[in-house]
Amino acid sequence: MAQKGDWVKIKQVILEPSERSENTPQDTKGTPLTMWVKGLLLQDGEIGDTVKIKTLTGRVVEGILVEINPRHIHDFGNPIPELIKAGIKAREILYGGEEE
Amino acid sequence: MSRYKDVMARKNEIMKRSLGIDYEKFESGGIAFEYEKMMKETGYTLEEIVKIQREANVGNTPLIELKNLTELARKVSPTGKAARIFIKDEACNPSGSFKERRASVSLYHAKQKGYKGVIAATSGNYGAAVASQAAMKGLKCIVVQEAYDSRGIGQPEILEKGRKCETFGAEVIQLTVGPELFYVNLMLLEETGYFNASLYTPFGVAGIETLGYEIAQQVKERTGKFPDVVVATHAGGGNLTGTARGLMKAGAVNTKIYGVSVDLTGLHMASDKDFNRKSFTTGHTGFGIPFATWPDRADVPRNAARPLRYMDGYYLVKQGEVFYMTELLAQLEGLERGPAGNTSLAAAFSLAQQMENDQIIVVQETEYTGAGKNPTAQLTFAMQNGIKILVGNPDDEIPGQNIILPEHPSMIKAREVYLLNLKKSYIKNCIQHFGLPKDDRDIKFLAEDTKSSQEFVREIISEL
Repeated sequence: MAQKGDWVKIKQVILEPSERSENTPQDTKGTPLTMWVKGLLLQDGEIGDTVKIKTLTGRVVEGILVEINPRHIHDFGNPIPELIKAGIKAREILYGGEEE
Repeated sequence: MSRYKDVMARKNEIMKRSLGIDYEKFESGGIAFEYEKMMKETGYTLEEIVKIQREANVGNTPLIELKNLTELARKVSPTGKAARIFIKDEACNPSGSFKERRASVSLYHAKQKGYKGVIAATSGNYGAAVASQAAMKGLKCIVVQEAYDSRGIGQPEILEKGRKCETFGAEVIQLTVGPELFYVNLMLLEETGYFNASLYTPFGVAGIETLGYEIAQQVKERTGKFPDVVVATHAGGGNLTGTARGLMKAGAVNTKIYGVSVDLTGLHMASDKDFNRKSFTTGHTGFGIPFATWPDRADVPRNAARPLRYMDGYYLVKQGEVFYMTELLAQLEGLERGPAGNTSLAAAFSLAQQMENDQIIVVQETEYTGAGKNPTAQLTFAMQNGIKILVGNPDDEIPGQNIILPEHPSMIKAREVYLLNLKKSYIKNCIQHFGLPKDDRDIKFLAEDTKSSQEFVREIISEL
């Protein structure tokens, strides 16, 4: 349950597949143009409800509530051993290998 | 009429109100338009821009000599020689990229003209730059991003840029892939009455002239001469255009300027399936080639970024080479920077080996890095999307299928794109759009816009 004043993310379909631009590639054309935007919730609501939010520029936008206090989930990924080894090799070329 | 067509039909009127530029004034009725007049009358002088940028904490970034990478280039060079490699550390701008040079001028203009806010359609560093400048100037800001595929999955690099915009207090509109981003942009401009902080206005492009100017001055101060070559990562064309104009204004008229893009041949930029099969969101051939051969495809009637006017060469590098070079920059130079500048750095590493030891090649930008924008994040994401990460010869890389990290630094290659072909297709596109040249003005314009001669233009036209 999200409460009025919560920071949330909503989703809205901007164009249905049938409404999409003619110069859109076929695979994209089969999908709706969807928008996500965040803001402060103007009413209480559950995930999946149609709600209104006030965005950071003060616009009121309506859409389906998809996330409460949405987190940035991107990170640094996994270590890439191939890159680590590339660094070791470049140092060897530049400064010479370590003596056994 | 569909809601899409309805808004698109009002395009010109929305654009005019949101930019305050009457592009008609510079039109000839044919192919030609008065480019320099447009840059002069709607923009600001270099001196004014320097002042605007100083007040916005933009520019005057350090120039760093990459001594270890230069040494490595000499060790692997077939001749044993390589030019000195320098890099302009544009990550030192407030939002972490050279894009703030563009944003600072656009937003200064928007504020002067009394706009309450600005809108920029971009998934790149420009969004963060606009958001940062808007925060500094007390303007409202909306950034419209193409962020997700239809599964709602987004590239970590784009998500990071969205986060940064939000940090500066901007409203971030995230969309699924498709050309209708422009439609959403128009709707928002109409709804809010905000300024269109397009990348392609005279303000946006003139803002980069200071970058070229600073490079010329700093290199001369440090080495006693202007650089022999400046390499610029090329996408929409503004970076190269502005830098070249700035170099010329500083008197560095003999400096060669090369564009570099990441080779993403075969991946469709507006395809839902291809969207997350590429590891670069800008600085690649999906923008670089169409914007060179048809600059006026932009979100303004006449694009101030006209790369073929200034480009002396155009080179491609592979995704794996850029990730590899990013790693080397960190490990050999102690500089952790994002992929954009490292695209031209990869090319510079190869091009330097075709030059003499006393020559100078400058990579004209770095960008900030961090979560999502780091090679580890991007390669992890690539693997999750079915891309194979291999070590071998980057020549064998197939965009969307694999990423090949070079087995040895000698395998990094700047692959030349024949400018002649790009010039030909630009001329063809002009004719397709406007019809055949009406008079000498059109021929002269095409010659200038392709950095060629009137004879060349006439010859191309006669072949059509």
